[in-house]
Parts: sequence; C-alpha cells; structure tokens
Amino acid sequence: MRVGLFIPCYIDQFYPEVGIATFELLKKLGYDVEPPMGATCCGQPMANSGFEQEAKEVYHHFVNDFAEFDVVVMPSGSCTMHVRKHYDIIPQTDEVKHVRTKTFDLVEFLLDQGLAQLPKVHFPKKVALHTGCHSLRGLKVGKASELYGPPESALEKVLNHVTGIEFVPLSRADECCGFGGTFAIAEEAVSVKMGQDKMKDVVGSGADVLVSNDMSCLMHLDGIVKRQKQKVKLMHIAEILNLGKK
Amino acid sequence: MQDKHPEKAATFIKDEARVDWHDAALWHVRSKRDVAVDDVPEWEFLRGMASEIKAHTLSKLDSYLLDFESNAKKNGVTVHWAKDGEEHNQIVLSILQKNKATKVVKSKSMLTEECELNPFLEAEGIEVIDTDLGERIIQLRNEPPSHIVLPAIHIKKEEVGDLFRKELNAEPGNNDPTYLTHQARAHLRKKFLKCDAAITGVNFGIAETGEVIVCTNEGNADMGVHLAKVQIHSMGLEKMIPRKKDLGVFIRLLARSATGQPITIYTSHHRKPIEGTEKHIILVDNGRSDRLAMPDYSNALKCIRCGACMNTCPIYRRSGGHSYHFTIPGPIGSILAPTVDTTAYSDLPFASTLCGSCEDVCPVKIDIPHQLYKWRQDIAEAGNLSSSKRRSMRLTAKILRNEKSYKRFGKLMNVGLKYAPKFLLNNKFNKWSIGRDLPKAPKQSFKSWYKKNHGK
Repeated sequence: MRVGLFIPCYIDQFYPEVGIATFELLKKLGYDVEPPMGATCCGQPMANSGFEQEAKEVYHHFVNDFAEFDVVVMPSGSCTMHVRKHYDIIPQTDEVKHVRTKTFDLVEFLLDQGLAQLPKVHFPKKVALHTGCHSLRGLKVGKASELYGPPESALEKVLNHVTGIEFVPLSRADECCGFGGTFAIAEEAVSVKMGQDKMKDVVGSGADVLVSNDMSCLMHLDGIVKRQKQKVKLMHIAEILNLGKK
Repeated sequence: MQDKHPEKAATFIKDEARVDWHDAALWHVRSKRDVAVDDVPEWEFLRGMASEIKAHTLSKLDSYLLDFESNAKKNGVTVHWAKDGEEHNQIVLSILQKNKATKVVKSKSMLTEECELNPFLEAEGIEVIDTDLGERIIQLRNEPPSHIVLPAIHIKKEEVGDLFRKELNAEPGNNDPTYLTHQARAHLRKKFLKCDAAITGVNFGIAETGEVIVCTNEGNADMGVHLAKVQIHSMGLEKMIPRKKDLGVFIRLLARSATGQPITIYTSHHRKPIEGTEKHIILVDNGRSDRLAMPDYSNALKCIRCGACMNTCPIYRRSGGHSYHFTIPGPIGSILAPTVDTTAYSDLPFASTLCGSCEDVCPVKIDIPHQLYKWRQDIAEAGNLSSSKRRSMRLTAKILRNEKSYKRFGKLMNVGLKYAPKFLLNNKFNKWSIGRDLPKAPKQSFKSWYKKNHGK
C-alpha cells in the first residue's frame, strides 16, 4: 500500500520529531511511505477564520500532492477532519473524492489496519490521554463522554499494545484543551485559561506524560507547561509507538 | 466601540476564583445530565426522533400553526399573531389596558426577554414581577439572565443574601439558601395574590389540541395562571409540535438535558381559560420565519432551550453568559445572534474552538459546530472582519499554495524563533505569548530531515 504521509505545517516547522516518528513507525509497519515534499497545509487555519474561499487554492494544492497515493495518513485528527469534511466546496473530481475518503488520522489508520503488527514497546510511565476534539467528536475516533454509555478512548485502545503503561484518569477526560487554531489568538484569555485548566487536571492526575494524537493541542499545552514550569512531558502517540524495534 | 466576546471574557477571567467556581457549578450540571442520560438506554434514539419530529414540523410549520390557532380558538382562547417584538409588546399592553391590569406576574420566558417586554411595560406604568427565583434575583439586580435555564448562575449565594437584605428586608449575614428561598417565596406570594394578569413563556404548543405546555420547577407559572383573571402565553412560532403523543419524546429529553432531572417538577398543560377569566396566546415571529428560509441555519429553530450546550461548553463556562452580549448566550446563542444582526454579533461564531461537544449534548441534534463554521464564512464574506485579518489570511493562503513560498516562509520563521531575543517574542503584542511560551525552533524541519536521510 502506498501511503502519502502528510506532515502538517506546524509539525514540519516546530515538531519535526513527531513527523519523523510517524514516518518511521509507518515504515516499520511495512508500508511504502512517502511524504510529498511539495505538501504545505490542509487550509484549515484560513477556513476556520472564515476565509474558506481563499483556502480553495490550498485545497487544490493538497489534492494534487496526494491524489497519487492509496491512502493519506497524518499525525493530526484536526487536519484529517478538515480534508474529509470541508473539501466539499471545490469541484468533486475523482481525485478530490479519492483524497477525501482515503485520508486518515494516524490513530484511526492504525485501528483500521489492526494493532497486532505494532512494534513491541515497553513504556513504564504514568500516562494521561488527550484525544483531540476533532478526532473524538468530528471523526468519531473513540466516544465522547457526553454520548450515551461509557466513553471510549481510541488512544487507550492503541496504547494497550504497549507494556508497562499505567493509565491515569483525568477528572474531565475529554474537555477541550483550548487551542482551536486562530481561537488561541483571537480568544487569548479563554484559550490560555482552558489550557491551564487542562494541565492542572493532568498534573493533579500524577501523570508523567500526557499523550495525544493531535500535535496542535500539544503545541498549545507545551506553551502552558513551559510558562508554568511544569514537569509533565508531552508526547505525540507516534513517538511512543515508534520506540519499538521492527 | 462596545467590548466584544474576547474582551468581555478576558474581564470575566481576571477573577480566577470566580471563574473556577462558575466553571465547576456548570460542570456539575453537565455531570448530573450525564448520569440522567445513562438511565435511558434509548437516549440516542430519542434524540434522533426529537430531531426528526422538529424537522417535520418545521417543514409544514404554516399548516401546523393554523391548526393550532383554530384548535386554540375552539378552546375559548384568543390567539394573536405578532410579527416582531414590538408588535408582541403592543399586543400585551392592549390586553392589559383593556382589562385595566397594572400588576403583572411573569414566569420565565426567554421570548419576553428577547422582546424586551419588561422595560416596555414598566415605561407604561405597569408593574412586572418575574416570579422564577433566578429571574427575580437578576430583576432585582437589574441585569439580564446569563443562562437560559439558570438565569442567575453567575451570582453567589452571598451576593443573593446581600441583595435580599437590601431589597426584601432579609436578615443580615444569613446566606443559607433555604432561608433565602423562603424570603423570596414570602415576597412572591404577596405579588401572586395581588396580580391582575399572568404572563408565561411556552415550552411546547400542540397543534392537534391547541394547548400549550409550560415546564417549571417552582410552579410559579401555574400559580400566576391559576390566580390571574387574564392569562397571556407568549410563544415563539418554532415551539410547535404536531400531536400530543409527540410530547413524551421531548419531555423525556428536556429536563434530563437541562439539569439532569428525569422531568421538571411541573409539566403543565394549559388549554382553556378558567370560567370568568380570559386566556390569550401570542404567536411571535420576530425573525423566525426569516431563519426558516435560510437553509444553512434553519434547523437552529429545533432548539427546545434546554441549555445543555451552555453547560458543556468549555468557553461558556469560562467566560460567563454576559460575555455573549445577546439574549441567548453560549453555542446556540452564537448561531442565533448573527441572524438578528450579523455585524453586531460577528464576534460570536468565533467564540468557539469547534470542539463539538454542544452538538453531542443537543437533544434535538442541532449541528451547532457546522453552523458556527458556516457563519464564519458568511461573516468574512460580508466584510465583517478587519481588513488586516483579511490581508493576513490572503497572505497565508499565498504562502501555503506552493512549495517554494512555504519553504521561504518556514526558514524565515525558524530563523526568527532562533535568533530573536525572548523579550521580542514574548511581548504583549504577541498574543500567543501572554500566557504561553512559543515553541523552540528545532535544528531542522521535518522536510530537511527527510531530504537528508531519505531523499532520492
């Protein structure tokens, strides 16, 4: 299977280690992986700010880059949701339809492909989990606590294949972290307060590490952790899964 | 210029102890809701059913409204139609004047808030007393409600104690909620006994029978309606449901979603005037039929005003209802407000991270996050965003539409992050850095790493 790996702009620029981990993990799993060098962004930052029309050319650029692959995988539920849901405003050519239906968040992809192949990893840490809202509620990867029945964490399902982890529960397991793209700037006060509250919950849980499938949430929380000089480590799920050998 | 949501929220957040208390109080309500929901295995089915009943009703609203009118008339009720808030208020006034009514008790009604009925009647020399405890508290404070179900949720019991001491002669320093409630009760009893007319809102209107359903926990609507010679029920056009047997679906959803109760304490069916009294129903449009004609936004009319989207909203909980500067706050308010005035409320669709929890809790499945997203597009298109924002977004699109410009920009940003002194990046002009550090610039981007290690 030819996998087109999309590394979102902010991961490319700020968190290359997450891109590297995702790439290496997919390689270890035996996929023919390639991150097209022309890829830039899914267009969400513009569209969420109200400039969907301006983002159209970015959508076309994305589709051109990825139409040749069997599937598109990215370490971000938010970008995945954007491609799948919001690329409906450009003409629905075969390429566009293909890219929209074959784009997956990494966790979603792993669950879909089966977890038995995952590299063996031992990670003896106390781990708290944060599923990005666009994965949880947008893509329905897992089940949010407000729906009927017990909540489900897709991250936990995947990380159950890692030995040594002790999961520590948060008091509000799926409360939004407060990033929200340009919301983080436009509504700075609320955004920061939400991030502080999320980290207070994480620190209170006794976790050594907070793991997420969405690096944009972690970028925002990383800013809070550094400013507050907290000791919790933030990791993308790919970084843990990639610790194992092939 | 008047403060918008970001500024109002920032002011609210300054008092950290208070915002934490506000957040916890509402989270408590959300948690109670979750427990109540888990008692109903067919919960998700009920939500779907309620959503479809509303969709059906809205698709034939005109004929259901006419059925309702004709059945209500058969019950001996006078039915009025008001195209907007002003006409609604005029109708209320004329009914009151005809009956020489000067003392009015009113039970909770977001519609009369929307129409600004109280100040209108007061200017005409009519006393209007809100009889819901929370509503009475904010009325005495001369404030609008901050929540549609819990109008005084932003006020602490100590503040209620002080208020009642000043306004109702309650004893100083006694902030016991039971004591304070008894004070309010004694005060309101006198008002009920002396009232000339009672006004209520309406939760549901049943086309088949012409009756209206009013749900309260305090029984205050019933007390007014049963005592007053003149009863007025003000009802938005969208409150219609076709048949009495549809009601059960909504009753099971409403209180569980709102407060986590299986049902409100009183679910009262008002059908006919008591002998010797008169009953009026005012059907109010006030922009509702305009909304019905907007394909992207019409299903917001399904709303049954349970407030669940507010309780679950992480932004609402941390910014307070007044930060939305609209009658209906929170996520649902943020999609309703721009239909009323797109420019004045252009900030509200942006007061969201689009986390989607509001849609998950909504008992009638309104696609609130999608409508927020859609409003952002419409607001930008209508030119309601600053030109600097438009310029920066156009520039971003230009950078991102091709590889070369993206690479140039990436390098520039990286160099900036690496070499700029901390005080330059972490200053008050950079909003990111007020409460957060910026990410550290890595040695190389992912793409440079890839080219070096795996490049062909």
